[in-house]
Amino acid sequence: MKGVHFEGLRVLGKLERFAHHYYENGADELIFMDAVASLYGRNSLLAIIERAARQIFIPLTVGGGLRTLNDIRNVLRAGADKVAINTAAVKRPEFIREAAESFGSSTILVSIEAMRKPDGGYEAYIEYGREKTNVDALEWATRAAELGAGEIMVTSINREGTGTGFDLELTTKVVESVSIPVIAGGGAGTLDHIFQIVEQGRADAVCVASLLHYKAFREFELKEQDFAGEGNIDFISRHSAHYRMEGASILQIKNYLLNRAIDCRPYHNQAGDN
Amino acid sequence: MKPVVAIVDYGLGNLLSVKLACELVGLHACITFEQNEILAADAVVLPGVGAFGDAMAALERLDLVVPLREVATSGKPFIGVCLGLQLLMTESYEFGKHAGLDVISGSVVRFENPVDPRAPLKVPQIGWNQIYRPRHLSSSDYLSATDLWTGTPLESLDEGEYMYFLHSFYAKPEDSDMVLSVARYGNIEFCSSLRYGSIYAFQFHPERSGQKGLQVYRNLSAIIARSK
Repeated sequence: MKGVHFEGLRVLGKLERFAHHYYENGADELIFMDAVASLYGRNSLLAIIERAARQIFIPLTVGGGLRTLNDIRNVLRAGADKVAINTAAVKRPEFIREAAESFGSSTILVSIEAMRKPDGGYEAYIEYGREKTNVDALEWATRAAELGAGEIMVTSINREGTGTGFDLELTTKVVESVSIPVIAGGGAGTLDHIFQIVEQGRADAVCVASLLHYKAFREFELKEQDFAGEGNIDFISRHSAHYRMEGASILQIKNYLLNRAIDCRPYHNQAGDN
Repeated sequence: MKPVVAIVDYGLGNLLSVKLACELVGLHACITFEQNEILAADAVVLPGVGAFGDAMAALERLDLVVPLREVATSGKPFIGVCLGLQLLMTESYEFGKHAGLDVISGSVVRFENPVDPRAPLKVPQIGWNQIYRPRHLSSSDYLSATDLWTGTPLESLDEGEYMYFLHSFYAKPEDSDMVLSVARYGNIEFCSSLRYGSIYAFQFHPERSGQKGLQVYRNLSAIIARSK
């Protein structure tokens, strides 16, 4: 199980709380996607990364609005291990090569947000799913790998946040077209969705967000009075209207996978001396 | 007084996490590219993620090649992480052929796709994998009182412990006795950590491997304290 993708969390100062919670509860990696980069501002993001780095000792990938080599350098210096790029790479593909040469391929994750088209093909989107490109997502995946990306995360815009499952066809097509690891992102609503995208989709890793956040929110809400009424609850209420999602914990996900002979790092509670 | 660890900064890698892990286990860590600080420290960590050739070029520009060779063979604990392990070797075949620090004889090669196209190896290896004692040990060694990992940074870890890997290349030390642990990726069994004198080097990232990775740092801290 790959990571936890923070989306739609509008409240600064709580991100580290989630990061720490997931670290202690078995996450293998974390991904911070600064979907509204302009809102946070660069300095706030770096401060958040540094604070998170003090508490979590698993890999951290940061993305959202990274446009220059300097942006990447700053994020890595702040404590991130990898960066996720999308918009900047689509607009100028050579950026992938430059970034891979400067920081190493394994540091560069190219995030592909794909919208299924009526003809059955997939189109890549940028600006966090807001802007279309007329670029074929599968061709783009192949090209990104050729340019030196170390990893690809493919997310179905149609499925993301809906809890209706991953786009199996999209994932398998990307997996088959590149020889770099592929992370499936967007859409997990049940434990079985996660199992299927690994087993059938042959994804190398899975990125889970809403499925985990909902349950985590409820845990915090019950424990911490000050957590309620900060906009987070609105977000969750709005999303939970889309589906009746119980949510799941990382422990549940891992046990589900291990019981079906999917190799993943077994759950060990990481609450320790830090 | 806390032991001082110099973390070599040649521009590559997540140095902050290495520093935080060191500090968490009671070491005083400074990130530096200054020769005198590196030579004066009680222990040195050579970290890194990125291309071998670029790394060696950076070390040369910083005039650190000779000092690092000196520290690595001085008897002071010298810790290599990921690219840091690879740099200790004689040479690497990443983007051509490049000379390394040549402190340990051997070469660095790429994970090659196995012959079976139905199960292609994804390169880089990015993710968690298990570490084991090298297989050439006889079963009597397994049962003997002196376990291979005792007294090393891997002490108290389980056989098959999960650690985090992020690399496309791996080292092949000529002397297999130096191999402290192996790991398996596809059908390739490779060196996941090694020891040579006071050098301990890891292909995985202990500072990114959760609590068990921090245990590696804890063990290192004890080794460094003993060596002062």
